[in-house]
Amino acid sequence: MTNKAGRFGIHGGQYIPETLMNAVIELEQAYNRFKDDEAFTSELSDLLNNYAGRPSRLYYARKMTEDLGGAKIYLTREDLNHTGAHKINNVLGQALLAKKMGKSRLIAETGAGQHGVATATAAALMGMSCVVFMGVEDTVRQALNVYRMRLLGAEVIPVETGTGTLKDAVSEAFREWTSRIDDTHYCLGSVMGPHPFPTIVRDFQAVISREIKSQVLACEGRLPDAVIACVGGGSNAIGSFYHFIGDSGVRLIGCEAAGRGVETFETAATIATGRLGIFHGMKSYFCQDEHGQIAPVYSISAGLDYPGIGPEHAHLHDTGRAEYVPVTDEEAVRAFEYLARTEGIVPAIESAHAVWQAMKLAPSMSRDSIIVITISGRGDKDCAAIARYRGENINE
Amino acid sequence: MSKIREAFRKGKAFIPFITCGDPNIDTTLEVVRSAAMNGADIIELGIPFSDPTAEGPVIQGANIRALRNGITTEKIFDMVKELRRDVKIPLVFMTYANVVFSCGTDRFLARCEEVGIDGLILPDVPFEEKDEFSAACVNHGVDFISMIAPTSEERIAMISREAQGFIYVVSSLGVTGVRREITTDLPSIVRAVRENTEVPCAIGFGISTPEQAKTMAGIADGVIVGSAIVKIIGQYGGDSPSYVGEYVRTMKDAVLS
Repeated sequence: MTNKAGRFGIHGGQYIPETLMNAVIELEQAYNRFKDDEAFTSELSDLLNNYAGRPSRLYYARKMTEDLGGAKIYLTREDLNHTGAHKINNVLGQALLAKKMGKSRLIAETGAGQHGVATATAAALMGMSCVVFMGVEDTVRQALNVYRMRLLGAEVIPVETGTGTLKDAVSEAFREWTSRIDDTHYCLGSVMGPHPFPTIVRDFQAVISREIKSQVLACEGRLPDAVIACVGGGSNAIGSFYHFIGDSGVRLIGCEAAGRGVETFETAATIATGRLGIFHGMKSYFCQDEHGQIAPVYSISAGLDYPGIGPEHAHLHDTGRAEYVPVTDEEAVRAFEYLARTEGIVPAIESAHAVWQAMKLAPSMSRDSIIVITISGRGDKDCAAIARYRGENINE
Repeated sequence: MSKIREAFRKGKAFIPFITCGDPNIDTTLEVVRSAAMNGADIIELGIPFSDPTAEGPVIQGANIRALRNGITTEKIFDMVKELRRDVKIPLVFMTYANVVFSCGTDRFLARCEEVGIDGLILPDVPFEEKDEFSAACVNHGVDFISMIAPTSEERIAMISREAQGFIYVVSSLGVTGVRREITTDLPSIVRAVRENTEVPCAIGFGISTPEQAKTMAGIADGVIVGSAIVKIIGQYGGDSPSYVGEYVRTMKDAVLS
């Protein structure tokens, strides 16, 4: 779907300072060299299977299915990966690639902390040094993950510029990369940023839909009717969608964080409220004001609290191949609680956005139809924040 | 020949950068006039952006102050229109792609032409993405200024051959901001540029002292100073025009010495 310049329709591209151009060109060349290299892919598969715990389970949520009384619901359990989220899929791929490129240092941005933890983990495993940029707001919301990263040997730099959230962490990571390229790989955590990142991250996450497809065919003998995933930058969603894009009978539904509602300013729902722009290296949709200033977005979920969306999602929206729906904080929290009580699974608050959409959709579908929800991460990290949301004052 | 190219024909050029609207439009108007009267050959006017990823803390701070005080692109166009009653040297906008794109690239450049802007610098638009902006620049008689970095290497030839106005040579890795030392092999970068174009080169990023300015002027055709000036404005606010004027005079003398 990409063309030469790393475009997805009109989206994508490489809007970055000249200082970084040779770095992304070098990355693209290395990726093209290694992506089909047998030694590289077998080393990566070995890490994914024996270290990260793949393949992920496709779990039939019987109680949820019966309770909702419509479509059969399956959960793809990315939350059971090592480090607790899908982020590890991409990080192991990029860290291995960086190592092959002779880099000795990984830098990363993080919102909820899951990508930062995954990067710190891969750095520890591969003997690389690691610096993670995290918005100062998020270091407070996700204090436990800050400690985990430090425990793994990473340095965590709280970013105080701007709104002190994910977008500022991305900006700061780009600034850092501009000042130190030789030994450093920027391990970007989502399907965003300049080409080749949206393609590389998507390819490393596409393992999710490859597994879903073969697992659902094995147990149901047919493709699902809908695949639902949450979308911030969109890495778990594109990973969940990718191998179904050509199967027009499969609805692909991305759930954006609506925060306090798309009619308020406290939202991060890019497709619902944003417009076409250029930021963080890519042309895509962004939440912004009439003058092109990037909007200070909000969501209860630190991982979806980003004013943009990956360029391939923007294109899938343009072509109508995927649908993007807003889910509010309140709805996500209700889904978080529902899945815990119904299936004994505590999803990440990010993934709970997708669970809500399935709860809404399933009752209207027939009993022989199938929904797959990607549980992109586990919710341990969110328990204290959700308790506070519900008025309980507990510490982490 | 463009007004920018002509500005380099009077000897080595000194190019100050000023963030528009920091702390307010009235101050910017007077700072620009003061810089022009004290020897600036070209002035770079920064249009603030919420997330200036190529800037260090000093210019980030100026962007935040200006936006907080309600600066908009439209107010900056009006300011330039007023400046053009007495300021005759070339004026160049420096901003980020989204500011131009969100205004409508053609509409933005039509306004540039109308108020008398001579060039446009977009640090997040490299050679590969420039056509969508440079085409509109050509239509409206505005020079699209290209940047070359210490990491550009074999890209220098391709960038230089399509350069207009002047080439902005980035002195060091990293973002804008004052540096004690500049270690890049700038003479060989400038040499590589000159093998491919007659367009003049100006060096920027990290320059603050007259000694640095003199050294850089010995290598290139001009010297760009941003953060050091923005710092003075941050310190003196509404009183900064005379301090900036004094600084520009010292730097221009250093560049010519």
